[in-house]
Amino acid sequence: MPTPPPALPGDLAEATRDDSTLKRFLHGLPGVDRVGLEQRAADLATRSIKKDSKLWAIDTAIGMIDLTTLEGADTAGKIGALAAKARRPDPDRPDTPPVAALCVYPDLAATAAEALNGSGVGVASVATAFPAGRSSSRVKLAEVELAVSAGADEVDVVIDRGAFLAGRYGQVHDEIREVKAACGRAHLKVILETGELATYDNVRRACWLALLAGADFVKTSTGKVSPAATLPVTHLMLGAVRDWRDRTGLSRGVKPAGGIRTTKDAVRYLVAVHEVAGRQWLSPELFRFGASGLLNDLLMQRRTQLDGHYSGPDYVAVDQ
Amino acid sequence: MTESITSPWDYAPAPESRDVAGLRPSYRMFVDGEFVDGSGQSLTSVNPATEETLAEVAGASAADVDRAVTAARAAFESTWATMPGSERAKYLFRIARLIQERGRELAVLETLDNGKPVKESRDTDVPTAAAHFFHHAGWADKLDHAGYGANPRPLGVAGQVIPWNFPLLMLAWKIAPALACGNTVVLKPAETTPLTALVFAEICQQAGLPAGVVNILPGAGDIGAELVAHPGVDKVAFTGSTEVGKSIQHRLAGTATRLTLELGGKAANIVFDDAPLDQAVEGVVNGGFFNQGHVCCAGSRLLVQESIAEELLDRLRTRVSALRVGDPLDKNTDVGAINSAEQLSRITELADTGEAEGARRWTSPCPLPSQGYFFAPTVFSEVHQSMRVAGEEVFGPVLSVLTFRTPEEAVTKANNTPYGLSAGIWTEKGSRILWAAQRVRAGVVWANTFNRFDPTAPFGGYQESGFGREGGRAGLEAYLDV
Repeated sequence: MPTPPPALPGDLAEATRDDSTLKRFLHGLPGVDRVGLEQRAADLATRSIKKDSKLWAIDTAIGMIDLTTLEGADTAGKIGALAAKARRPDPDRPDTPPVAALCVYPDLAATAAEALNGSGVGVASVATAFPAGRSSSRVKLAEVELAVSAGADEVDVVIDRGAFLAGRYGQVHDEIREVKAACGRAHLKVILETGELATYDNVRRACWLALLAGADFVKTSTGKVSPAATLPVTHLMLGAVRDWRDRTGLSRGVKPAGGIRTTKDAVRYLVAVHEVAGRQWLSPELFRFGASGLLNDLLMQRRTQLDGHYSGPDYVAVDQ
Repeated sequence: MTESITSPWDYAPAPESRDVAGLRPSYRMFVDGEFVDGSGQSLTSVNPATEETLAEVAGASAADVDRAVTAARAAFESTWATMPGSERAKYLFRIARLIQERGRELAVLETLDNGKPVKESRDTDVPTAAAHFFHHAGWADKLDHAGYGANPRPLGVAGQVIPWNFPLLMLAWKIAPALACGNTVVLKPAETTPLTALVFAEICQQAGLPAGVVNILPGAGDIGAELVAHPGVDKVAFTGSTEVGKSIQHRLAGTATRLTLELGGKAANIVFDDAPLDQAVEGVVNGGFFNQGHVCCAGSRLLVQESIAEELLDRLRTRVSALRVGDPLDKNTDVGAINSAEQLSRITELADTGEAEGARRWTSPCPLPSQGYFFAPTVFSEVHQSMRVAGEEVFGPVLSVLTFRTPEEAVTKANNTPYGLSAGIWTEKGSRILWAAQRVRAGVVWANTFNRFDPTAPFGGYQESGFGREGGRAGLEAYLDV
């Protein structure tokens, strides 16, 4: 059933009344000190996660992956191969958890849905003229409808960065609202493309804007722009969903995407989730990794943890 | 705010290997280039995290002080003062590199001896100590350009007494500038933390430093008193309590001995309502709880603007609850052990007066180890200027929170202290940073950060926090005849 629009506390509901109140609200958020944020992220990255904690982190991270392929060259065959891997990432070790979802372009959502039918692995589809977000609202909404009708459980949309940077927050807000309505039962992940937002202050504003407009998840990047996900940006977004929960009682998720390739990286992100947002967020309901190569490194590290020695890249399936 | 869903993710222990400290059952003092037995009362070094004995350390006597000062004088006259600066620099660079090479050993030993988390000894104490030697090595042949005229002369023998909170780092702050300027040194490490200083003595040997240039005399306060009053000492540098600092100044009044003092503090960390809130919380936590609050420049008085006080306190308590208190050797420990039973009882006593005087006490719900000297991070709110926790230096993980309404009031309250070592200012407004920094009487003012140390930045105090500067160009003045 479609989720009703969340009932926000008075001051937050008021914030979205019109363009100027929205602007006042977003510009009234506390600033972000770049040096302090990056220092905190670097400090937390020195946590040493070993033994049982590491194995738990690896399995948790596997279960949080949105296994992603967003290439012009994607084919139904590749989707089928990835779907098999999403269900059973390591066939030699059937206790390996499945990933959270398979993330594809909308025209392949139906193929993915069919391949994953009954597996519990979700289908995520990008939409709204991904990755640039440059099209009309009509086209963007049509794309969301295409993805949802093809069976996508989750829709990853991009915001109009041009409008955001020009200060047309109302336009960005309304677009997300409409997309949310078009999503129906599907979960909405809003990609901020933080690599194009230039400042951490803008990232915080974009987070709150997306949350006010009804996003279920805020996501860092399309993976098509550099820099993609970074630890400091993810810290900032985790702080935003934590503050959002404190203000509204509603739990929203965070998805860093792009550039996270190793188990070491993934563990650092999980430490940030744990210590910035809180334990509650250590779940695929509230945290995802948008990644393609990460899964193989997690699988190799998982084998290493269990076997006591390294195996090698030839023992895991390549994603081609 | 309670977490309804819990994960099994309590980090598994990640202890640093104790073996790399190369701990020996006994350590000897270092005089005239040799390790020798002391003729004073020997010291016992205790691991404050476990209360186990770490090592027996030779203790100096008055006669040893005399021997060391004589050796330092001879080295000053025969080699060190006359050596070209470029040659002195080579020794300092070598020492700096050796500190880096033996960094892990020094970090673990410091943690065992002092109780500070290995994360801090590894990431702050040891690298910053090396940085001070690198920085001052660079000055050794450029003293003509330090702004004190051509060919500035060294003072002679420096008698240096350092505290237990940053044993190796304080040693570096003292020895590096003294040596760079051409002085020789007799240094007394703190009674409870002499071990890294004696490994440093080994490093001096490894670097081939001429005998007598550096002498290390472990001992208690009485040996410190002997050293600073010794007639062969030309310059005294002391870091420690204001009480002892005053007695040294009293003792040296009317003598030709130069003196610099770096004493206590009760720094104000001022958070204005337009501050970057999350980073301010981090800075407040760092200011109050870094090194268990055993920091003379700790931001132990939080002054927060009334309009954001409640929100900031909520965030602060949540953040402090997440600090991991426990085994200092665990790489994930944020707050380690209090250095001694004596210090622990002083902290406990002062914290109890806070409660008795009517401040609201909040203690982190973190579990504490059953053995060792530990004190859970504590925040006092509703603190007023007249309370002891607002005025006295606790030197422990205890933060006092006061509020203010106007910027003028913030500055007045910040300056209402006999100390004046450091201050923090948190605001997004650049003009307000400058306005407040001009008015706060403190030797170091941090803006939107706290506890950042760099050898290029002079460090020192106002009023009862002492006089003289360490680090930077200004710090050279303390070791030159200018």
